[in-house]
Amino acid sequence: MGDRAQEERQYLFDKPRNVKRLFGLYYPWLGALLLAELVVHRHSLFPWEEWPGFYAAFGFVACVALVLAAKYILRPLVMRKEDYYE
Amino acid sequence: MSEPVAPFLVFFLGAALVPLLKGKGRKGLLLLVPVLGFLNLVHLGEGLHWSLDYFGYTLVLVRVDRLSLIFGYIFHLIAFLGFLYSLHVDDLLELGAAMAYAGCALGVVFAGDLLSLFVFWELLSVASAFIIWARRTRASLAAGFRYLLVHVAGGLMLMAGIVLQVSETGSGEFGFIGLQGPASLLIFLGMGVNCAWPGIHAWLTDAYPEASVTGTVFLSAFTTKAAVYALARGFPGTPALIWIGAAMTAFPIFYAVIENDLRRVLSYSLINQVGFMVCGIGIGTPLALNGAVSHAFNDILFKALLFMSMGAVLHRTGRINATDLGGLYRTMPLTCIFCMVGAASISAFPFFSGFVSKSMVMEAAALGDMRVIWFILLFASAGVFHHAGIKIPYFAFFSHDSGLRPKEAPLHMLLAMGVTAGLCVFIGSAPGFLYSLLPYPVDYVPYTQGHVLSQSQLLFYSSLAFTLLILSGIYPAEIRAANLDADWFYRKGAKALYRGLGRLLPRLEALELKLMVNGAAAGLSRLSQDGPARLALLFLFPLWKLKGVKREDLAHAAAEVRRAMATGALPVGLGAAMAILFLYLLFLFG
Repeated sequence: MGDRAQEERQYLFDKPRNVKRLFGLYYPWLGALLLAELVVHRHSLFPWEEWPGFYAAFGFVACVALVLAAKYILRPLVMRKEDYYE
Repeated sequence: MSEPVAPFLVFFLGAALVPLLKGKGRKGLLLLVPVLGFLNLVHLGEGLHWSLDYFGYTLVLVRVDRLSLIFGYIFHLIAFLGFLYSLHVDDLLELGAAMAYAGCALGVVFAGDLLSLFVFWELLSVASAFIIWARRTRASLAAGFRYLLVHVAGGLMLMAGIVLQVSETGSGEFGFIGLQGPASLLIFLGMGVNCAWPGIHAWLTDAYPEASVTGTVFLSAFTTKAAVYALARGFPGTPALIWIGAAMTAFPIFYAVIENDLRRVLSYSLINQVGFMVCGIGIGTPLALNGAVSHAFNDILFKALLFMSMGAVLHRTGRINATDLGGLYRTMPLTCIFCMVGAASISAFPFFSGFVSKSMVMEAAALGDMRVIWFILLFASAGVFHHAGIKIPYFAFFSHDSGLRPKEAPLHMLLAMGVTAGLCVFIGSAPGFLYSLLPYPVDYVPYTQGHVLSQSQLLFYSSLAFTLLILSGIYPAEIRAANLDADWFYRKGAKALYRGLGRLLPRLEALELKLMVNGAAAGLSRLSQDGPARLALLFLFPLWKLKGVKREDLAHAAAEVRRAMATGALPVGLGAAMAILFLYLLFLFG
C-alpha cells in the first residue's frame, strides 16, 4: 500500500507545469539583473567593471569556456578506466 | 571554572576517554568536550602560556592572540558540529582519532614556537591518517598510506627547515618567517604540502573521498586550515603565495567539472577555496589577511555542510557517484535544502557566508592593481558556482530520477546540517559578528548595491551557461572513470619502480652469477688447481723436447703431471724441485 502511494505520488518537479513556472521566473530575473545596472551605482576599481553587462557576460563566457575546456581538453588527457589504479 | 588548561589537552583527554564510555555516555562526551574546550578557551587570556625551558630552547605551548584565537573558535565550533553529525558512529577508532585530530589542530594554531608546531603538525598527520583508515575499505587503507607518506615527506621538510632556521637565527619563536634562504624555503614547502598547493595537492583529492561519511567532515576542516593559519603567521605578504593561491583557485575547477564522485568534486573545490585564502595571505595587506582568515572561517562551515549533505546521501543510499544519483529531493528535501545553502555559501551569493569573505580578497587584489590575478579569481568565482554550487545539488537531488527513494537523513545529521546552514546564513547576513573577531580592524563594507548586483549577475549568468549547456546536451555526461592527477606520479611511479626493480634485480643476479660465481671464482679455483701443473709443464715441455720425447708420449706425460699435481701425488723429488722453484720465483719478484 505504502509503496504504491510512494510510486504514484507526484513530487514538485514531476509536474511539467512547475518546471515551466520555474523557468518563467528565471529568465525574466536574468533580464531584470541586466536592467538593474541602469539604476544601481557601482563603485569600481577597474575600468572594465563599468562596461554594460561586464559581470554577466564574464560569468556566462567563463562557464562555457570552463565546461568546453574540461570536456574537450582535460578529459581526453586524463580520463582512464575506473579500475586504472587497481 | 577552575584554572584553564592548554586547548589541545581538553581534546586529548577526551580522546583518551572515548573508549572508556559506552552508549549515551560516549555521545554526551563527544558533545561535551568541544563545549568544555570552548569555555576553557574563552577563559584563556591573550599572551603566552606554558613556556618551558628545554635545553636552552624555549617551548611555548600556547600563544593566544587574535590570529590564533579565531582559528581556535572555529575549530571548537566545527568539532562540536562534526561530533553532532557523528552521533550514530560506534567506531572507537574513528571517534578517538577525530577527537585527537581536533586536539592536534588546536595544538598547531596555538603553538608559540617552531618545535611545538612541528610536533603537533606530525601528530595531526598521523591522527588524520587513522580517520581515513577507519572506513576499513581496501581503497581507504591504500589511500591512507599514500596520504601518510606524502605528509611524512612534508613533515620532514618542515623539520629540516626548522632545524636550519633555529640554528641560523638562534630563536625558535614561531612568528613572521618570510621567504629568505633555504631554511625558510623548506618550512614554506612543508607548510605547502598540508595546504595542498598545486602539484602537491593530490593527497587531498585522493584520500578525502575514501574516508567514511563522518570522517571526511572532520578532514575537510582541520589540516588545510591549520596550514592556512601557519602561512598567515609565518609568510604574510610573500608574493609567491599570490600566484600559488591563484593557481589553486583555477586548476581544480576543471577537474571538478569532469569528476563523477561527488565527494571528490567537493575535495577539488576545497583546494579552490583554500586558493583564495593563500592568495590573500600572499597579498598581505590587512584587508587581504582579514579576507583570508574570514574565508577560512566560512569555508570550514560551508565545506563541512556540503560534505555533511553528501555524506547523508552516501549514508542513506550507499552511493556517491553522480551517475548513480539524481532526484533525491523527493525524499530527502531537508538535506537538499541544507546542501543548497552550503552551495550558495561557497558560491558567495549575497546573504550567504562566502559573499562577505571572498570579496575581501578580490577587493585587496584590485586595490593592489593585480589585474591578471583579479581575473583568475573572478574566473574561479564563476567556476566554483558552476561545479560546487550547481553541480553538487543538481546531480544529487535533481537531474534525472535515479529511482532511489531513500529516507531523509537521521535527526542528528539534520540538526548538525541545520545549525551549520543557519550559521552560514547568519554570517552572510550579519557579517559584523565575524568581522569583530578578525585579526585586523575591518573597514570593509560588503553590502553595497553595486557589489550585490555584480555578484548576482556573475552567478546567475554562470547558472544560465549551465542551464543552456545541460539543455543542449553539450554538458559533459558524468562517466564512471578515474581522472589522472598529480598522484599518478607516485601511484604509477611506485608501481613502475617496483616492477622495474623486479626486472632489474634478477638480471643483476644472473650477471653476478655469470661473472663472479661462474667466472671469477671458478677461474680462481681452476688457477689454484691447475696453476702449479701449468707452471711445471712450462718448464717440463722444453726439457722433454730436448730429450726428444715423442709427440704422443708428450701428451700422455703432460696428463700424468696434471693428475699427479691435482691429487698431490708428486714424486718427492719433483715436489721438492717445485718448492725450490717457487721460492726462487718469490725471491726473484719479491
